[in-house]
Amino acid sequence: MTALLTIIIILFVAIAMWQMVKIFDLAQVGSSNSQIADDNDNRLNGYLMMGFLIFIYAITIASFWYLGDLPLMSNAASEHGVEIDNLMIISMVIIFIVQTITQFLLHYFAFKYKGEKGRTALFYADNNFLEAIWTVIPVIVLAGLIIYGLFTWNDIMNVSEDDDPLVIELYAQQFNWKARYGGADNVLGQANVRLIDLDRANILGVAEDDPNAQDDIIVTELHLPKGKQVLFKMRSQDVLHSAYMPHFRAQMNCVPGMVTQFGFTPTITTAEMRDNPDMVAKVQNINEIRTEASKSLMANGEEALEPYVFDYLLICNKICGKSHYNMQMKIIVEEQEEYDAWMKEQKTFANSLN
Amino acid sequence: MSATADTHGHDDHDVHHHKETFVTKYIFSQDHKMIAKQYLITGTIMGVIGVLMSIMFRMQIAWPEQPNVLFEALLGKWAPDGVMDADIYLALVTIHGTIMVFFVLTAGLSGTFSNLLIPLQIGARDMASGFLNMVSYWLFFLSSVIMILSLFVEAGPAAAGWTVYPPLSALPMAQGGSGMGMTLWLVSMAIFIASSLLGSLNYIVTVINLRTKGMSMTRLPLTIWAFFVTAIIGVVSFPVLLSAALLLIMDRSFGTSFFLSDIFIQGEVLHYQGGSPVLFEHLFWFLGHPEVYIVLLPALGITSEIIATNSRKPIFGYRAMVASILAIAFLSTIVWGHHMFVSGMNPFLGSVFTFTTLLIAIPSAVKSFNYITTLWKGNLQMNPAMLFSIGLVSTFITGGLTGIILGDSALDINVHDTYFVIAHFHLVMGISALYGMFAGIYHWFPKMFGRMLNKNLGYLHFWVTAICAYGVFFPMHFIGMAGLPRRYYTNSNFPLFDDLTNANVVITLFAIVGGIFQLVFLYNFFSSIFFGKKAPQNPWRSNTLEWTAPVKHMHGNWPGAIPHVYRWSYDYSKPGHDEDFVPQNVPMKEGEEELHH
Repeated sequence: MTALLTIIIILFVAIAMWQMVKIFDLAQVGSSNSQIADDNDNRLNGYLMMGFLIFIYAITIASFWYLGDLPLMSNAASEHGVEIDNLMIISMVIIFIVQTITQFLLHYFAFKYKGEKGRTALFYADNNFLEAIWTVIPVIVLAGLIIYGLFTWNDIMNVSEDDDPLVIELYAQQFNWKARYGGADNVLGQANVRLIDLDRANILGVAEDDPNAQDDIIVTELHLPKGKQVLFKMRSQDVLHSAYMPHFRAQMNCVPGMVTQFGFTPTITTAEMRDNPDMVAKVQNINEIRTEASKSLMANGEEALEPYVFDYLLICNKICGKSHYNMQMKIIVEEQEEYDAWMKEQKTFANSLN
Repeated sequence: MSATADTHGHDDHDVHHHKETFVTKYIFSQDHKMIAKQYLITGTIMGVIGVLMSIMFRMQIAWPEQPNVLFEALLGKWAPDGVMDADIYLALVTIHGTIMVFFVLTAGLSGTFSNLLIPLQIGARDMASGFLNMVSYWLFFLSSVIMILSLFVEAGPAAAGWTVYPPLSALPMAQGGSGMGMTLWLVSMAIFIASSLLGSLNYIVTVINLRTKGMSMTRLPLTIWAFFVTAIIGVVSFPVLLSAALLLIMDRSFGTSFFLSDIFIQGEVLHYQGGSPVLFEHLFWFLGHPEVYIVLLPALGITSEIIATNSRKPIFGYRAMVASILAIAFLSTIVWGHHMFVSGMNPFLGSVFTFTTLLIAIPSAVKSFNYITTLWKGNLQMNPAMLFSIGLVSTFITGGLTGIILGDSALDINVHDTYFVIAHFHLVMGISALYGMFAGIYHWFPKMFGRMLNKNLGYLHFWVTAICAYGVFFPMHFIGMAGLPRRYYTNSNFPLFDDLTNANVVITLFAIVGGIFQLVFLYNFFSSIFFGKKAPQNPWRSNTLEWTAPVKHMHGNWPGAIPHVYRWSYDYSKPGHDEDFVPQNVPMKEGEEELHH
């Protein structure tokens, strides 16, 4: 079906193009066409420039209308995420204003000063005052953005063990994620890929003789207590991966041979996020799309899609091989008591070895 | 202003003495004009391949895992039953990026126009070394052939992304494409870099030494300034990529550990210890970021020339334009870390790179406003080249503005490696540079082939391309802000992104239409070479020296003496002259002032 559609589109465009070529050829017969723009060309293209300006504005409005209800742009689920969103909104507003004005000037001038025979352009080579203006204004605006940005960046990146965060290791491999908690002592045992022993089910290469490692807990679903600062220590065993948690405005690459880190404080539990009106609307919209898609699937005798329920996700965002597109781990943010209860059910590292 | 008079020693050197055979004229030519054409044709062919690849992977994104006749026809065993394989998807993305950035927008753009215009616009008989110039082209040709050959390797072409970060690119067991395909990729790039260096050195030496009498640096057309500075950036940064490629070859083939450490893959621990992939990222982006400007500056130079000529006005703020080229060039070499904010690099370094990166917005803003002011009160001749130049300013602004977000480390955290990045760099360097290349082709086609391109086909080509370029890349910003990662074979494993499905279909439709309409250009280009209307000597009534050379090409460019230069190249509509242009070789009238000094 898609193939057929593609062929039809290609054929259609090819025919349209052929026809237009013909028309242009015919139009040129008998005219003294020098292939240099004349007043008619200037006029036509001048008007098209204004048309194009409207197109740019239209596609901007359409993008905001259809794609702009960015639940990922608001409703950050972490403490620093709110700061990032504020900076993002300020930057976007500045960009939007500059874009609107400069595109207007560019296309309007292209229309207004379209060439006419007999008119002379203004010989105007330089104006230091004007150039100073459009050097100084960007300098001031950028200075503001740089200072604001750097303060935000430092706030985000300066997480240290002194603040007593919950330490969790994120472990990446082609093509899945594991998480390791420090256990009762909140200290991760030493680890290195050279210690991996698949026969003993020591898949993360944790040092078996390290006393800190005994109570470590290794899981495939990440649970975080609400309101508690978390410090992630990232490792990868094979290639580069990137731990991307878009709802928390968090991302850091996982690099073989070194430990990278990123910290944040989750502020909204999974259950709370599911009840958020924005999220309810988004999920509803997605489920309508899925129901629609399921109809055509079932018509072909395939299974229908499961309805979507919101969950936070950790996804891989650095090309890592064939199944890069499907490397994810569910994140559950919950109240401290729920978290404690879940944690109690998990096996410690010492008990998980064969 | 004049240490260049030596060139005229060659005035009586007569080139008709040695007879040109077919081989020396069309194949192993040392004439810069022929070499420019060779670069252009090779770059065009590579461009067709690169665009075709992008259409294929866009189809996969829009209609994931659906059978498609195009895939069945072109991908062979990589599309069983017409369904694209996940490995080849990554390979297509990788090779598309490599071809477009290096083979089309570096060699195809800079190679073509630096070669064509540097000798002609500065008043030189040819490049400083015609032989090195020839070697440069043929190395480029060889690297293109190797890159194309790598597509047919058993285990698949390179598929680690055009940035080829190790360990993925270093370990054949991590990915099929990291075997022979990656070896050929690295060999091809090493040869490409050698070609690029020979070309750049030649451009620099030629601009410094072979300017005609009166052609001071402050009278150089902005095209030449742009090519000159581009060549300098290339010489500074390409060798670093070469060293990165060589070290990666060492790691891959000779067991060294420059970029690799502590790796456990497919059930075994590898011996590598002590290297770091982050080191590779630094080396790669030390070229990779200047590369953006290696691609973009020539396009901006071409645009400056075309906008001034077709506005019938001097370029506004010539000195500021030169200063901003120099500022951009300098800053471009100290901002590479903004590609690595979340690479594990020290956050303090991130702060430094945020600062230097956002500074680039200042010279960029100056350039944009100067272009707009050049249009103001002009007498705009809407030739296709002019349309593409205005289009360039438009996409340069749209794409450049979002750089404020990506260059800001705090904001980059959340949009890094999403479609927001794709939208940003495709507009600001991909489409803009491509527009610069098209503008250059429409403008200098008469100089290259002695014939005119059909303008109506040019208009059709521009308007459809302009609409499709925005149609493809503008909505991508929003998809990226919704968190969709790049380089995903399909998004169907993430119901979270299901509400972006329709947008992806629309984007792909724009891409297909835009891609197909490039056929209009190809038809116009190839048919006009043979059947186009004969070109007058100076069709655009331009001031630069290349239009004083005869339409029919000759070795040595000018039949008699090389013209001397008495003024800058932007005396358009200057009061006190009968015509609205005064070519550079026209002496100053008595009492006439050189206004821009």
